[in-house]
Amino acid sequence: MYKYDEYDHAMVEARVAEFSDQVRRRLAGEITEDQFKPLRLMNGLYLQLHAYMLRVAVPYGTLDSRQMHMLAHIARKYDRDYGHFTTRQNIQYNWIKLEDAPAILEDLASVEMHAIQTSGNCIRNISSDQWAGAAADEITDPRPWAELLRQWSSFHPEFSYLPRKFKIAVIAAEEDRAAMRLHDIGIQIVEKDGQHGAAFYVGGGMGRTPMIAPLIKDFVPLDDMLSYAEACLRVYNRYGRRDNIYKARIKILIHELGADEYRRQVEEEWAHVKSLGIDPPKAEFDRIAKQFTPPALDASAPDDIDRSDPDFAVWVDQNVAAHKVPGHAIVNISLKPVGGIPGDASSAQIDLMADLAEKHSHDELRVTHAQNIVLPHVRKADLYAIWQALDTAGLATPNLDLISDIIACPGLDYCSLANARSIPVAQKIAARFSDLGRQKELGELKLKISGCINACGHHHAGHIGILGVDRKGTENYQLLLGGSGAEDVSLGTITGPGFDEDGIVDAIERVTDKYLATRTDGERFVDTFRRVGMAPFKEAIYG
Amino acid sequence: MKLLTGNDLKTGFVTWWTGADWSLHIEDAADVGEHGEAILAAEEGARRVNAPYIIAGEQTPDGPRPAHIKDRIRALGPTVRPDLTLKPADPNAGDWVI
Amino acid sequence: MVEHLQADGEEPCVTLDAFLEQSNATAVRLESDEDARALIPFLDRLKLIEVAFPKFRDGRGYSSARILREAGFTGELRAQGDVLVDQIAYMKRCGFDSFAPEKDLNPADVEAALARWPEHYQGAADGAVPIWKLRHG
Repeated sequence: MYKYDEYDHAMVEARVAEFSDQVRRRLAGEITEDQFKPLRLMNGLYLQLHAYMLRVAVPYGTLDSRQMHMLAHIARKYDRDYGHFTTRQNIQYNWIKLEDAPAILEDLASVEMHAIQTSGNCIRNISSDQWAGAAADEITDPRPWAELLRQWSSFHPEFSYLPRKFKIAVIAAEEDRAAMRLHDIGIQIVEKDGQHGAAFYVGGGMGRTPMIAPLIKDFVPLDDMLSYAEACLRVYNRYGRRDNIYKARIKILIHELGADEYRRQVEEEWAHVKSLGIDPPKAEFDRIAKQFTPPALDASAPDDIDRSDPDFAVWVDQNVAAHKVPGHAIVNISLKPVGGIPGDASSAQIDLMADLAEKHSHDELRVTHAQNIVLPHVRKADLYAIWQALDTAGLATPNLDLISDIIACPGLDYCSLANARSIPVAQKIAARFSDLGRQKELGELKLKISGCINACGHHHAGHIGILGVDRKGTENYQLLLGGSGAEDVSLGTITGPGFDEDGIVDAIERVTDKYLATRTDGERFVDTFRRVGMAPFKEAIYG
Repeated sequence: MKLLTGNDLKTGFVTWWTGADWSLHIEDAADVGEHGEAILAAEEGARRVNAPYIIAGEQTPDGPRPAHIKDRIRALGPTVRPDLTLKPADPNAGDWVI
Repeated sequence: MVEHLQADGEEPCVTLDAFLEQSNATAVRLESDEDARALIPFLDRLKLIEVAFPKFRDGRGYSSARILREAGFTGELRAQGDVLVDQIAYMKRCGFDSFAPEKDLNPADVEAALARWPEHYQGAADGAVPIWKLRHG
């Protein structure tokens, strides 16, 4: 993975010094909260429901054990001994003190981490495929491109006061494990006539008005990726709406202009921008790409797994994915134990996962947008020992992609933007469906919960989605069916009137019963829904 | 009743105006009546509070209770982590929120 | 070189519309929603372009400035309005060389802000050599 050189270190340190000074000026009253707010947001510091919340960047979801140990240290020293992994592969701490923020950023900088641009109207964390470098289906590792984009977007002088936030995802496989089509820019590295290029999808997003990003350019030469992105951003910065915060994302601009007109404007800008020398030479890409060379994995490592422990076998079947190198596997660690809080991990659990990565995964971990953790390069022979360690720590829930593998935003328990609590709903659903046999019978069922219309829980992209709303002062939950954030991208459809906290759990059970009664062989829930439509499900829910 | 609330600038903790000072505990909160805006402006200007705002509440035997569930969660702590609330030893504390 | 403006004895900026109607003004003001490229045919005649920042969150002026420098404007490019010291460094990178903030800035803070960044990741309008170029020559 990427290691900072002296320039990267200097930039992060300068940012720490800048923010420390801004905090000092705020505490001394030299700047108001109104002036300070965009500055602290550009350093990932929110003023949230209970305290300041700090969102630490995990660039394209990749980190090593040293960094993971630091995240545990921060949880222990400065917070309440746990962290929350997010739907953009970052980590959040909910109980941060402003006066501690500079010291925390210094600690992070010491292990090449930061909270730069994890909030604010600027380009956010570049996300990617959590199985990059390990999955057989990728045409190349997308992360060197993500790193190139990260540096290009960091402290970008023209794009730090955009109309609204800007999220970019990069993948390099047909299977979309990063919800790329639901980003402001989604880049898919593709192959055409023996060459690699970048397909640019621009204008996706969830929130109030979910939209799937249309294809704006099917093949940008990789050498031109940054200048093309620059052109896309410049058109947005100039013409994105600034009159209404709910219409300020690029998806609205593209929707209002139409994809063709937006493309035309980008092409025109790109023709100009290309001549500015923005694109780094191939030598820079090669310098970065060299650091993503896959670790030396012994392809002759034993390929069979001793499945005599039945609990271990269950976990292997559900949570262990195939690695491109024989004798190896990808371990998916679920942070969704029944009764737990989706995406949360204690400092002890974070330390354990760091240790396992160092010992068994060539010192690398990934954070997924489904709020889980991945050990990407594990020997099959080590799986049992890993599972035992995970099991002792409460990290061996064998529910990857099952109904209890819920994506949930923090909701009203933590977030001042929320209208309803999301975590108790997630817990009740997981409890209702806790029987693993039942979950496996239901199969792949991606359930996503948002506590408000901002959709941080990606409810539009859930096979089953839940949106918490405020209905005359009480929490109410709307049900959506048929969304997907994968390559079969679609937006969920609302079923009808909402439910209270217990009602929504019952409604979901009626939905899953209907699915079981209706499906044909091999159909996932979302496939059945797409085949038969909303009507039979609506009937089952409301009678 | 009207309650004045905000966050402590340095720590971020939720605070409640007591009539004379800021407290972490909503039981200490005073009814600011029609004077809330003036107090808010003075306290914010002096940096004794950050992001203050006025909410509706009702007086109950247990003390002031905010009208909106969001502020009740602010007052106590997350309903899903009783151990992180201001009343970790009280198993019924969450009922007050809901 | 960066300087705060001196209002005395300076030709006032005309609006973009007025400038496009008459051609002998040498100072023009660009509002945040106006197209900088409208000035491109006239850059050699302009001594000063003032770009408005009605609210610091309105970042359109950064693009306007870069566009003007990219088109070859060599005169004074001024950021006017809700200009806070925390935006100065980015503004300079986008090509601004003078500032007319609504609220006076502390000169020491301005100096600190401009000295803050040792290098820059990306090329912009200030001629700074981006880090990738320093890495490879």
